[in-house]
Amino acid sequence: MTTLTTATTLHTPAVGTAHTRIEGRDKVTGAARYAGEVPFADLAHGWLVLSTVARGRIRDLDTESVLAMPGVLAVLEHRNAPRLTTDYTSLLGMRPDPTCAVFQHDRVPHLGWPVALVVAETSEQAREAAETLVVHYEQEPHDVGFGAGHPDAYAADGHMPAVTEKGDLDAELAAAAVVVDAEYTTPEEHHHPMEPHAATARWDGGRLEVTDSNQGATWVVGELANLFSLDPAAVRVRSEHVGGGFGSKGVRAHQVAAVMAATVLQRPVRVVLTRRQMFSLAGYRSPTVQHVRLGADTDGHLRALAHRSLSQTATGYEFVESSAGVARVMYDADAHHTANRVVRLDVPSPTFMRAPGEAPGSFALEAALDELAEKCGIDPIELRLRNEPDRGPVSGLPFAGRNLAACLREGARRFGWGERDPRPGRRREGRLLLGTGMAAASFPAGAMPSTASATAHPDGTFTVRISAADIGTGARTALTLVAADALRTSPERVRVRIGDSDFGPAMIAGGSMGTRSWAWAIRVAAGELRERLALGTGIPPEGITVRSDTTEAIGALAAAERHSYGAQFAEVAVDPGTGEVRVRRMLGVFAAGRIVNPLTARNQLRGGMIWGISMALHEEAVRDRVSGGHVGADLAGYHVATHADVPRIEADWIEDTDPDDPVGIKGIGEIGIVGAAAAVANAVWHATGVRHRSLPIRPDRILAAAAEAPDA
Amino acid sequence: MRKKQLMTSSTSSVITLKINGEKHTLPVDHRTTLLDALRERLDLTGTKKGCDQGQCGACTVLLDGRRAVACLQLAVAAENREITTIEGVADGDRLHPVQQAFLDLDGFQCGYCTPGQICSAIGVIEEHAAGWPSAATSDVRPEAGPPPLSAEEIRERMSGNLCRCGAYVSIVEAVARAAGVQADERRGEDVPAGKGAAA
Repeated sequence: MTTLTTATTLHTPAVGTAHTRIEGRDKVTGAARYAGEVPFADLAHGWLVLSTVARGRIRDLDTESVLAMPGVLAVLEHRNAPRLTTDYTSLLGMRPDPTCAVFQHDRVPHLGWPVALVVAETSEQAREAAETLVVHYEQEPHDVGFGAGHPDAYAADGHMPAVTEKGDLDAELAAAAVVVDAEYTTPEEHHHPMEPHAATARWDGGRLEVTDSNQGATWVVGELANLFSLDPAAVRVRSEHVGGGFGSKGVRAHQVAAVMAATVLQRPVRVVLTRRQMFSLAGYRSPTVQHVRLGADTDGHLRALAHRSLSQTATGYEFVESSAGVARVMYDADAHHTANRVVRLDVPSPTFMRAPGEAPGSFALEAALDELAEKCGIDPIELRLRNEPDRGPVSGLPFAGRNLAACLREGARRFGWGERDPRPGRRREGRLLLGTGMAAASFPAGAMPSTASATAHPDGTFTVRISAADIGTGARTALTLVAADALRTSPERVRVRIGDSDFGPAMIAGGSMGTRSWAWAIRVAAGELRERLALGTGIPPEGITVRSDTTEAIGALAAAERHSYGAQFAEVAVDPGTGEVRVRRMLGVFAAGRIVNPLTARNQLRGGMIWGISMALHEEAVRDRVSGGHVGADLAGYHVATHADVPRIEADWIEDTDPDDPVGIKGIGEIGIVGAAAAVANAVWHATGVRHRSLPIRPDRILAAAAEAPDA
Repeated sequence: MRKKQLMTSSTSSVITLKINGEKHTLPVDHRTTLLDALRERLDLTGTKKGCDQGQCGACTVLLDGRRAVACLQLAVAAENREITTIEGVADGDRLHPVQQAFLDLDGFQCGYCTPGQICSAIGVIEEHAAGWPSAATSDVRPEAGPPPLSAEEIRERMSGNLCRCGAYVSIVEAVARAAGVQADERRGEDVPAGKGAAA
């Protein structure tokens, strides 16, 4: 027995100070192992075979010749695969995505649908056999034609009510002195984390063990237990390091196929998605068509706001890209109408992608605000300040801190907004046209129940366990700082273990809620542990462990509009000869609660802003209506911003907190992208005098629009 | 057991690869890429597979000191070459200056593109010192000598390495610090003091 002396007076708070990543050394030396890199004895390799038709029925698969190929161990397909249960609701309150319930029937609902898994001794053998497998289809006509006016569109709820309506829209529009009525479109976008999805499944003494790359071990355990009708306690999912997620890393076809193969073969099986397969199996952000109507008095006061968004989903799965939702938080109007609609097409299942709804929605809404500012002759920042609501425009609930105005003012000061000539097309540098633009941003700040444990060891160190996931957010480091403060000790004395479902149920890394939810649970466990230690009893060799569960505390949170906010600024240079748009500088000022680790937070916020540049100028998955599949389904065909596209970017924050959260965290994973694409698009207008309402703003669009402009 | 199938034959060969100064003799299927040989056969998993088709740069290694993507290189074609992977760039426990700068300046988030970014950066610094121009170089005459290693030069030269997390700003800062140049657009307010390996 050792007695621990707690020197509370000597404690220097760790939260709020810059700390390099705890696993940083492992990541820069290549020692950090991701899911597909953990060695297993007797490992077999699975390779998925995807459909080459967009709709129809599998008539036959020529599996016999493939089974005779060197090293091939099995071909799983709908005629021999284990049966799954799909009648359940997941941790996130959703029905399972049919794309992950593999090999259950002969129907093909989209191109790139998994039709078989070939398992072999080596990955080369599995790949060759998979590419050799001939699948016979009965093909049926398909419809992948997304666009406004699709006759099958319907209003759908998703994670928020589909429709909100307040006031007489037609009357207010008619009475408005200034009206903006415009349609905005965003293309299909893909997450593409750098680490492709990978999982190894094996049975160990009656327990299913999955080494995986995911955003939440609890989530994946729940899905796998339901699908395979297992006791959740008989499933363990681990993911120590995760190479990015952005919403795409939940349960997917590869984990399910790996579990099936490990069950059939009774040996470890690894399945890794190829980059190309990720285009149809990893989810994506639906394209959107958004119709925004704004009506204002000459002083900019909004009388009417209507935001109607259409997105696509799969025939067998309803996911709604809720782009009209952001208007319910940002601006009030005497008549305020919003609606999210979807159309079911023969396409893969879309899913959450960084700031789902807010990212495309803020592009349309904030671009429309910019158009209104131009028409009213009011500065875009002033227009927003004049329309700051004092209660939730739709909910009527109070705001739990709304620091948007402070972000706008601080951003304007630092960006030099006051020196801007509001007239478009005035600044030139050689042949280049220069312009600046801004946009406002918000993203919900929430928390979900989680459990954690904190253990005090006799040597004065601590271990905290929580099934959190660090997908690049720096959560492991942030949680260490939070735990250190709660324990009144230094971060060096705290070991935070994450990425293991055996640590108990916890929230996923998603919805900007991960670190906040986990920090809350850790804070409770660590706080109680400190109280126990203060009693002065000794610490036995096995340590003293305290567990926490925040279900009750989070359930007791008062209803309020809880969000983080931001002001985004961009300067662009447009080459009228080539149509190339280059972002020259960007500034984001955020009110995002208490910042736990400024070093990693700034990096993450800038990452979100870079996603905004990428969304504004580069990203576009093009679907071929004839085949139903993508054109150029790889990273050469699907452009994401690279070094040369990214200029000096500053991200900073103002003092902000959530008074109801013990750590004051709001979450920063998504606010960085919100409004960023609109700021770039608004800057392109300021440079050229032409409104670009369809993303991405490609060179050909710049050139075509310039050719059509009246003074061309 | 499996290795028996992979003796020298019309579809496999026994090869010797020199990796990080050490020789490894192994039988390989002729289809095996250098990337898969490193990751699947030699347990050198620091080299990452991001796209397996030469488009993302995550598998960047140094071949005879020059940058190459290991996914577009067959293992059998890499014999007799000096292969340097992320596991071989540090000097024992002492990190390479590029690694140290990435760590100190947070030049990554998820870490999956990081080994490729670091190997690429080591190549960039050497290529630049040797006077190689880039698309961002204004004066490409041989007598002009190496251009200043500005942020723009670094960005252009590093553009074969994608980082989906978007850590580009701090990656450029890290490369500049490791190269011992003044990054013209540095913002170091979060930088923990002291540990940098800057020249």
